[in-house]
Amino acid sequence: MAHSAVVSSEQYNYEIVKKFAIAAIVWGIAGMTAGVYIASELAWPFLNFDIAQITFGRLRPVHTSGVIFGFGGNALFATSYYIVQRTCQTRLAGGTFWPNFTFWGWNLCIAIAGTGYLFGISQGREYAEPEWYIDLAIAVVWVVYFLIYTVTLVRRNQPHIYVANWFFMSFILATALLHIFNNLAMPVSLLGVKSYSLFSGVQDAMTQWWYGHNAVGFFLTAAFLGMMYYFVPKQAGRPVYSYRLSIVHFWALSFMYMWVGTHHLHWTAIPDWTSSLAAVFSILLLMPSWGGMINGIMTLSGAWDKLRTDPIMMFLITSLSFYGMSTFEGPMMSLKSVNALSHYTDWTVGHVHSGALGWVAMVSIGSFYHMIPRLWNTTIYSSKLIYTHFFLATIGVILYITALWVSGIGQGLMLRAFDEYGNLAYTFVETVTFMHGPLVARAIGGMFFVSGMLVMAYNVYMTITRAKQEEKTPVIAVAQA
Amino acid sequence: MLKHESIETNSGLLIVLTLVAIGIGGLVEIVPLHYIDSTIEDVKDPQTGVEMVRPYSPLELRGRDIYIREGCYTCHSQMIRPFRDEDLRYGHYSLAAESKYDHPFQWGSKRTGPDLARVGGKYSNAWHTQHLTAPRSVVPESIMPNYPWLMQTELDYSDVGARMAALKKVGVPYTLTKDEYAGWTDEKGQKHPGTVERFGEKVANTLDINRAEDNLLAQAKAGNYDGDPSSISEMDALVAYLQVLGTMVDFSKFDEDYFIQFR
Repeated sequence: MAHSAVVSSEQYNYEIVKKFAIAAIVWGIAGMTAGVYIASELAWPFLNFDIAQITFGRLRPVHTSGVIFGFGGNALFATSYYIVQRTCQTRLAGGTFWPNFTFWGWNLCIAIAGTGYLFGISQGREYAEPEWYIDLAIAVVWVVYFLIYTVTLVRRNQPHIYVANWFFMSFILATALLHIFNNLAMPVSLLGVKSYSLFSGVQDAMTQWWYGHNAVGFFLTAAFLGMMYYFVPKQAGRPVYSYRLSIVHFWALSFMYMWVGTHHLHWTAIPDWTSSLAAVFSILLLMPSWGGMINGIMTLSGAWDKLRTDPIMMFLITSLSFYGMSTFEGPMMSLKSVNALSHYTDWTVGHVHSGALGWVAMVSIGSFYHMIPRLWNTTIYSSKLIYTHFFLATIGVILYITALWVSGIGQGLMLRAFDEYGNLAYTFVETVTFMHGPLVARAIGGMFFVSGMLVMAYNVYMTITRAKQEEKTPVIAVAQA
Repeated sequence: MLKHESIETNSGLLIVLTLVAIGIGGLVEIVPLHYIDSTIEDVKDPQTGVEMVRPYSPLELRGRDIYIREGCYTCHSQMIRPFRDEDLRYGHYSLAAESKYDHPFQWGSKRTGPDLARVGGKYSNAWHTQHLTAPRSVVPESIMPNYPWLMQTELDYSDVGARMAALKKVGVPYTLTKDEYAGWTDEKGQKHPGTVERFGEKVANTLDINRAEDNLLAQAKAGNYDGDPSSISEMDALVAYLQVLGTMVDFSKFDEDYFIQFR
């Protein structure tokens, strides 16, 4: 066992995976803390403190970029580099330089963009706030990532490309496509930070939500399914439930996701045909989404007892359950009649977080608990702390999404209520007062989730420290001899 | 017959077929919007034939930049949907034409605060200034942050011309030459209307990039949006922008259900 691990750490480039994994945890804590802070600003507005840099409007993209691109992005780089090497049984392409280039490039881009938001440098496009010069740099990093990944695939020592890699490839290609077309912009000057987008109004909205929803579809779903397809079977010690299902749902998911972005624009000035088309594909999308969920959960078939004994498995299976739940909720919200109520309310925010915290974060956390001890050739410091993390995270997500169901559906109903004379029953600000309670509960839910991340950081820190001590001992012995 | 095994064993084929699968949806939904004319309504004054939706004046444009800088779109939408409650609360539903010069669009996705698509003219300049500086002093239940620095910061308008020129490059009819302003006829005898003909002389003058700074100063001085005539603050620009939102189309000039034909 120990012998094979030593061999694999020479055979594979684990150093780069380690870097990305640690960066993911750091960004996770930073981005989620920013999230808790802005959630608290909504509950207690004095927290804005009249400081421009920390007002809700400027800090919100710090939160979204921090968790999506910082936490999610680094977690995907880490796991994709780990998985592509293990499943192709070959060392990562690009030597040590190019993988490191993607690490520093990616993280510098997020850090510079995030600092910029605090000073009001933003394109004003949701989830695509970085200005033009960052967008160019990200494009370069992404092309390098694509090349490293592809060359590694080509050099594989296995005839087949494992299913996880299909999903990662589809994520890399789609993200490139979305990023480039959504960020086409005209800089005011080549020495300045400001730019104006190439498109306007309807066309701009369409492009932005094609991007926005597929950031969810490919960045936050397809790629994390890739993660799932490696770590669930590994942790369960069983093969993937259905090979045929993985083929069908991969192609269906890749094809259908790109159509659904316009469901963010129901009832707006966008032509009706685009939003109807998006609604149809959103409903259809339930099937490939659940295909992935079923394939993941059923992989545990015959080993269900692991759900009692293995906290990593608890993370992975719970994440798939949240994935199933939110991919049911999503199509439902894309129905025009439901969307009329849910759109513009906290229901959408809650839905995003049942996906982002319940699915994306939990599958990453589970995967990390599996991967990190293997990277450092050791065992986890404390299994008990994984249990603690699991319960903190689960309570946090449930509190969060329940609070926002109350807030969102409540506000939606109040805004459309009429009194007996046919006048509006509530003013807008009455709905704001109503939402105070749920918004406090939501902030507390977020705090639970962040405390879980802190427990994880401690557990990982202790695991690595212990691994390094174990490593040192024989070295010192040799030096003394 | 293509077997899936041939895709699984050939990374080039996997890449190409994946690109095809992910390319189609966007192509079908995005490309036609650039070519189907009815996507954006043609809103002209029924009496004069002048286009009602115009590009922002230099001061309004700088105000819009500040709106984007502060991330107002994270809590306010600018898109009224065709529902009875929204009609009563905010006014006529938003037309596509009303954001045709918005680079980028600011329709938003969340209403932590109310929609702003037609906030223009609903409140006085003094109210806006007070509300932006200290929202809870006028709406006690509000959870909006205070923006005291808007009043204290002088507006930087040094590059407003460059900003308009950048927008001109992406299709906004700001003008640099006399032809663009007054219209011209090309060699084939085709007439190209200038901004004077499209928007009327008064508006056309505000769209002239050469006069951007003068126009900005004149509007700020005449409007005195922040109530402090001694200087031009960021508040002046932002309030000027808020006050124009949703006011360009005069719906009283059309039958009540006129715009339904475009939906």
